[in-house]
Amino acid sequence: MGLLSDPNRRKAITSLTLSVLPDVVCYLAGIAWFMGLAFEPFTLRTYMSENAMGSTMVEERFPSGERALATAREFAAHKKKVGGMPVDWLVKTMRAQGLEVFTQSFSRNLPFPDESKERFVVRGTNVYGILRAPRAPRTEALVLSAPCSPGNSNNQAVGLLLGLAQYFRSQIYWAKDIIFLVNEHDLIGVQAWLEGYHHTNITGMGYTPLQGRAGSIQAALSLELNSDVVTSLDLVLEGLNGQLPNLDLANLFHAFCQKLGILCTIQGKLQRSDWDTVEGYTHSAQTMLLMVLKQASGRPWGEHGLFLRYHIEAASIRGVNSFRQYKTDATSIGRLFEGMVRKLNNLLERLHQSYFFYLMPSLTRFVSIGYYMPAFGLLTTILLLRALDLWVHLGTPTPVTEDGVGEGESPSSPGLLSVLTPVVISHLTGVALYTLPVLSQEMAVEHFPVSETEAVVLTAIAIYTAGLALPHNTHRLISGEGTEQGWRVLKLVALLYLAVLLGCTALINFSLGFILAVTLVPAAACVTPHVPKALSAVAMVLLSPGCTILYCVFLFQELQEVPVSLAEGWMLFLSVISQGILDHALYGSLVYPLLALLVYPCWLLFWNILFWK
Amino acid sequence: MVLLFVCFCLFVCFSLLVLLELSLMLALLTKATQFFSSGHTNNWAVLVCTSRFWFNYRHVANVLSVYRSVKRLGIPDSHIVLMLADDMACNHRNPKPATVFSHKNMELNVYGDDVEVDYRGYEVTVENFLRVLTGRLPPSTPRSKRLLSDDRSNILIYLTGHGGNGFLKFQDSEEISNVELADAFEQMWQKRRYNELLFIIDTCQGASMYERFYSPNIMALASSQVGEDSLSHQPDLAIGVHLMDRYTFYLLEFLEDIHPASQANMNDLFKVCPKSQCVSTPGHRTDLFLRDPGSVLITDFFGSVRKVEITREAINLTNPTELSLRNELKSEALFYVDQLPVADIIHQKPKQKDWHPPDGFILGLWSLILLVFFKTYGIKHLKHIF
Repeated sequence: MGLLSDPNRRKAITSLTLSVLPDVVCYLAGIAWFMGLAFEPFTLRTYMSENAMGSTMVEERFPSGERALATAREFAAHKKKVGGMPVDWLVKTMRAQGLEVFTQSFSRNLPFPDESKERFVVRGTNVYGILRAPRAPRTEALVLSAPCSPGNSNNQAVGLLLGLAQYFRSQIYWAKDIIFLVNEHDLIGVQAWLEGYHHTNITGMGYTPLQGRAGSIQAALSLELNSDVVTSLDLVLEGLNGQLPNLDLANLFHAFCQKLGILCTIQGKLQRSDWDTVEGYTHSAQTMLLMVLKQASGRPWGEHGLFLRYHIEAASIRGVNSFRQYKTDATSIGRLFEGMVRKLNNLLERLHQSYFFYLMPSLTRFVSIGYYMPAFGLLTTILLLRALDLWVHLGTPTPVTEDGVGEGESPSSPGLLSVLTPVVISHLTGVALYTLPVLSQEMAVEHFPVSETEAVVLTAIAIYTAGLALPHNTHRLISGEGTEQGWRVLKLVALLYLAVLLGCTALINFSLGFILAVTLVPAAACVTPHVPKALSAVAMVLLSPGCTILYCVFLFQELQEVPVSLAEGWMLFLSVISQGILDHALYGSLVYPLLALLVYPCWLLFWNILFWK
Repeated sequence: MVLLFVCFCLFVCFSLLVLLELSLMLALLTKATQFFSSGHTNNWAVLVCTSRFWFNYRHVANVLSVYRSVKRLGIPDSHIVLMLADDMACNHRNPKPATVFSHKNMELNVYGDDVEVDYRGYEVTVENFLRVLTGRLPPSTPRSKRLLSDDRSNILIYLTGHGGNGFLKFQDSEEISNVELADAFEQMWQKRRYNELLFIIDTCQGASMYERFYSPNIMALASSQVGEDSLSHQPDLAIGVHLMDRYTFYLLEFLEDIHPASQANMNDLFKVCPKSQCVSTPGHRTDLFLRDPGSVLITDFFGSVRKVEITREAINLTNPTELSLRNELKSEALFYVDQLPVADIIHQKPKQKDWHPPDGFILGLWSLILLVFFKTYGIKHLKHIF
């Protein structure tokens, strides 16, 4: 006899799931497991997995750091003169170094103005030069990129890029073509270049086709450098939709930092050696939480983030100049890049030997998917236990009913139909949340004294809040099926739906799935129509996805050691929402549609259950 | 008196001279016997590198350094089968194209100007290797790709690459096991394709590859024991790879001191790369070899020494007509003479036997005891027994 159909076993399951103790234990265990991941004895030391990038080191000989800085100053002067990207000067310089130079123009109309970068209609040009491998066929390539940013930032990055191009041109040991890319308008330029390179058009960008091509790209490095000297180099790994490059790229970076004696950080934090003290543990926990929050946001945190979609392992390296005594000059940074590119040159296949899913509490320690997934699994177990409990209750015929004998029947057919109405209405609200803010911005601007961005964000919040009023209205539509069975069936469906949703999300973007699980699972498990309404309504609102984003914003600011007041936090929250919508429109980030179309309707179902009559 | 003394001195001098001449002749005789003791008339070498990819540069450098030594000591290219699984000299990542270095700071280019690679790239497979050894090649195979050895050939076989306990990896896609190798050598023995075989292997756990040999006249050396890894020598910082493996590095240094007339023997070869230098423990196996390793010259395998015997006498060649008569006599069915009773050799007791007293002695001893017994107690007691 099956587990669920055998009455004795069913009784055992009922006794197990009736109490809340397993749920509480699972929840606390899940949170404890997650926080324990930052504890150093539970992590593994990073190691180089790829044989081809093995243990031998080459002596780096990049000589011209000073010349690179002079080029950077020249670039800055030309940039100021032109008032944007000095395309002609870049083309001339790269051609003089012996590269094959090509340009690409692109244009994009944002759905609404981006207030953080102050742009609405973006038009720009990318310039890239290809260094052909002297003896190899043109089948594989590596990309080194530096952004051309407005103002005075990232000049040194472009200068160093050009210096490296000149040095690389005189070497004969390149087995892959190297593409030196200077892109305008940071991420939008990179997206246009990548789409042109791979002949795709996923985001509606307008671009001219690329004249020159170099083969399939094996790896990419992005450089951001704002000052002539740096005190440390920061590695940025999180990419679009929480995708991470292969861990071997981080191992490579760390290996060269150690070899050249440069300070290296991740999430802006240095590694500490006192893991057994409280401060040491909190330091690693903070680093890990920063990575989790960055990964959950689903936005690319460096220019490398967009390469990952095309299975190109990429990382961004950012130079940081802070108040430290020991400074590293441009020659050493150039040597670091020379070493890394030479190692990547030795690759025979794409990086695949090391992990693709990991969390890093520090630059030399990592936690792989096999170790962090049980934390999420424990949280999902709560949902499954509650669902099992409901199934059992629905299966056993109730002894006494008020409405009549019809309740004793199997509830499947009438039950599901009654459930359909709240589900459809919740999802329609979700669709409204997804489409209406952007579509109705003109109408909002006409009627209210707000800018377009504010209109979009406030419309989104308005629709979100309007969803809270739904249960009072939908009950008029439901044909009198407000019964005990009804809400049970709805809760069962909603629990399973939430479990599947969170499970799929956690597989792709563990951080997003885990953060959503932490807030949604208690709400989903505990909500019934019989709990005190006012208190649980407040609790549910506080645990809703929107407020989760708000908490994450505050937590992120705290962890970055830039704490904000409530008002500033609220403004940041609004900008996060607008950035999320923009990311989805510009780069295809999936966080906003996931939250609007799937997570929010799921939460609305539970809200419906709370107000079930 | 004086006459007696002078005669005595003369006698002493004369005897001394005779002794000297005798010892000289004896030395010459041993030298001559040693010179002709190995019984081979030609030398072959099969040198195989089984790994590809740039980071396995050191395996190609290993094989090329042995090739260089073997060629320098006299084995011609027509008698060397060189199998290299990848081209390191012209690899795109080589900052010094057309060279393969064995010492760092680019002291020694083992690729040279006259390398002749017989099996290159993807032709280096287990099947091709075994076909070369056993001689079962298609008729279209050129001579340079064949091992045309006979029963008077001494063959040197050198293998390098990545290996494990009982296998050697060929090109990241297949393996040869020690059982297969032993069977191939047995096929070679039964087809009389070698006189003596020297097998050297430089891989991790190399000793496992010679454990299963069972054919006679094979001597084997390996760079590490089972459970140990063979380590590589220093890297070159300009090229960016490890240039050689330790065992072959010290083997090359040892071979650089060997010239065609040197008298170094196998015992010196066993001492190459002790554990202090190699970190792994090199091993060797000589129980299948008939001659004493101390009497086997290095040049018996690594060089191609032509044996020339100068004689001042005329040699009588037999009449050709007598030859044809002998041929007619031999027209009956032919069969292989049992050159070496293999079964006896394999299963015989070890050569260094303790001295046993002869069997007759025991018999005599017992008869003596019986005689003494009957002498003491009188012969009349015999009738009590019978």
